[in-house]
Amino acid sequence: MDAILLQILNGLDKGSAYALIALGLTLIFGTLGVVNFAHGALFMIGAFCAVSVQKLLNLSFVTLDETQKDFLGNPLKVETPYVQSWFGPEVGATIIDWSVPLAILFAIPIMLMVGYVMERGLIKHFYKRPHADQILVTFGLAIVMQEVVKYFFGANPIQTPPPEALSGSVDLGIMIGFDTNAIIYPIWRLVYFAFAVGIIGAVFSFLQFTTFGMVVRAGMADRETVGLLGINIDRRFTIMFGIAAAVAGLAGVMYGPLNPPNYHMGMDFLVLSFVVVVVGGMGSLPGAVLAGFLLGILESFASTTWATTTIPGINQIIIYLVAIIVLLTRPRGLMGRKGVMEE
Amino acid sequence: MTNKSVTRRGVLKSGAVAGTGLALPTIFTASSAAAYTNEPTGSSVVLGFNVPQTGPYAEEGNDELLAQQLAVEHLNGEGDGGCMNTFSSKALKGNGILGKKVEFVTGDTQTKSDAARASAKSMIEKDGAIMINGGSSSGVAVAVQGLCQEAGVIFMAGLTHANDTTGKDKKANGFRHFFNAYMSGAALAPVLAAEMGKERRAYHLTADYNWGWTQEESIVASTEALGWETVNTVKTPLASTDFSSYIAPVLNSGADVLVLNHYGGNMVNSLTNAIQFGLLDKVANGKDFKIVVPLYSELMAAGAGENIKGVLGSMNWNWQLQDEGTKAFVKSFGEKYGKPPSNSAQTCYAQTLLYADAVERAGTFNPCGVAEALEDFEFDGLGNGPTWYRGADHQCFKDVLVVRGNENPTNAYDTLEIVEITPRAQVEYDPEHPMFAGGELGKCNSGA
Repeated sequence: MDAILLQILNGLDKGSAYALIALGLTLIFGTLGVVNFAHGALFMIGAFCAVSVQKLLNLSFVTLDETQKDFLGNPLKVETPYVQSWFGPEVGATIIDWSVPLAILFAIPIMLMVGYVMERGLIKHFYKRPHADQILVTFGLAIVMQEVVKYFFGANPIQTPPPEALSGSVDLGIMIGFDTNAIIYPIWRLVYFAFAVGIIGAVFSFLQFTTFGMVVRAGMADRETVGLLGINIDRRFTIMFGIAAAVAGLAGVMYGPLNPPNYHMGMDFLVLSFVVVVVGGMGSLPGAVLAGFLLGILESFASTTWATTTIPGINQIIIYLVAIIVLLTRPRGLMGRKGVMEE
Repeated sequence: MTNKSVTRRGVLKSGAVAGTGLALPTIFTASSAAAYTNEPTGSSVVLGFNVPQTGPYAEEGNDELLAQQLAVEHLNGEGDGGCMNTFSSKALKGNGILGKKVEFVTGDTQTKSDAARASAKSMIEKDGAIMINGGSSSGVAVAVQGLCQEAGVIFMAGLTHANDTTGKDKKANGFRHFFNAYMSGAALAPVLAAEMGKERRAYHLTADYNWGWTQEESIVASTEALGWETVNTVKTPLASTDFSSYIAPVLNSGADVLVLNHYGGNMVNSLTNAIQFGLLDKVANGKDFKIVVPLYSELMAAGAGENIKGVLGSMNWNWQLQDEGTKAFVKSFGEKYGKPPSNSAQTCYAQTLLYADAVERAGTFNPCGVAEALEDFEFDGLGNGPTWYRGADHQCFKDVLVVRGNENPTNAYDTLEIVEITPRAQVEYDPEHPMFAGGELGKCNSGA
């Protein structure tokens, strides 16, 4: 039982990342009708926002320590971060320690801007072009973005650890009546899940309970009619593109402490996220979230020793297997709407 | 009297056959004037450096390239000479190779076998490379080694750790200076026994490809010989990015040691995940839980950050060694590039000098003469102490390092500390050892 609970937690955690990326993809597809293959790159850029903040906070001045030697036998260069010099060693160290949560504040405007520039500068020219053209141009853009990141940050993964207070693991088993050490789970993974639920809730609330959201939903249902009412729906959709980019970016910022960011991480998630969108139903926001968590949990269970010994290789194909079954039985996906991508 | 009319179809057929014959790539058949593939005729000779310049191992490839460029400088008599001053063979004179100035071309393996073969082929066919050196993957090494065998040039492998490179996939034209998975097991086992005891239960997570399998096999064999029990061996897809669903079952598996047969991004992520799940804080079977990473590299250790503290592993070489060869190389590399070299850089540097030295001693660039000079060559002064290039399988034998993630690093480069220098004799094995069986070295191919 404890093993099952652990895998459910793992699945919810994996599903959080899938759901957040798929949510952004669906927002863009539902509003602008664009199949955005650069969405994984936006997730990666979000993670590198956290890397950038960490590097900025660690900007240091160098002093020579004559008592210690470097690898060439020269006096050791000791680096002291400016923030420790300005705010004192303890406060400075605390600020650096909390660099990932602080990066959220940095990432929101950056990602909104990246999304805005991407949409206005490139993607708007492909609205009336076939989906194949959109896929090609956004995939090309993704490659350009990851190569730019690699140029500045290198190909190696870069650690962005969580704050000390939120690192390590917690014994969840004791809280629900299991033995000690039965269900130990990393704190930051719980934080990530809670964060994902919060972001998903915020996006849905924004669309459901604000006038802006109401207009966007109306535009998603019937863009032309909303335009005839004198509403500048294009402008709102551009803002939605920025919001979708911000959602992907925030997912990336918070993902860094789980697995160290590298320039390729967006591509690792891209294909899976598209499968999530298709399984959930093209254009369906609740479908994307539901499919994200569902496939995350299935993937976790497929990776257990029992599953891999029963059906070798099941861990590598489970998501695609489920996608095939869902599409055969429900061609529009779990919560897909009639008419979307069917014309 | 015969009537042989010339038809349009006949002319086209004959032309096509003749054209195809003339257009056949010449790399696999040295020209009739040359005695072997890419025989140098001018005042220079071209070496081909095939390293990952893009893709996940680009940092490692870049380090290899820096070392190879340094080796070329030293061969041409530039710079401080590096290990040419400490190398036990004094055949190299700093005037190139056999008096010819050394030039080089580079290729990008992308850590993909097909791309690596294509770049090696291009360097041999178009640039006239006389040898190929470098790489950061066993899959790539085996693929390029096969190509070099067919093409008739020498392949001096870079970072390749799978037993198969000098085991079932060994080739007469291929040579490996780097250590292998068997040696990792042989070096690690006594240290593991000393530090963790002989009654341990190990759980293996293994990258699901050739290198991972051979490493798992080697480590399982060496630890079971100690008395350890292997609880489980789980294969993880190479494309995995999150290992939480593989780590979680370890918690309640009854294991008290986790062995991560992962490299590169896999290693960084699986180790990070294992630390997140608190494995190193756990007590299992009355013992402190331990993690072992059998193959370490400095660049991956940097990627893993603080997570590697206290974690044991093995390496081919480390810049902190104190032999004269190492000191000369580290000084030369450090002064030029401002950082200490990685062990993949060191193996590529050593391989370049070893190739050049073998040419000088053989008095020819003919691959078969070079191979003969390298076979059973005993040398010192390139790092790791006295070294033997065994003729039977073209595997180098030298001391192997057992290292541990440094608990208190003083700078960005001393993330690993040397725990033990395992003597060469302890990691030697018979060429017919079952883990290396199944292949034939074959005959040297000069392309003639």
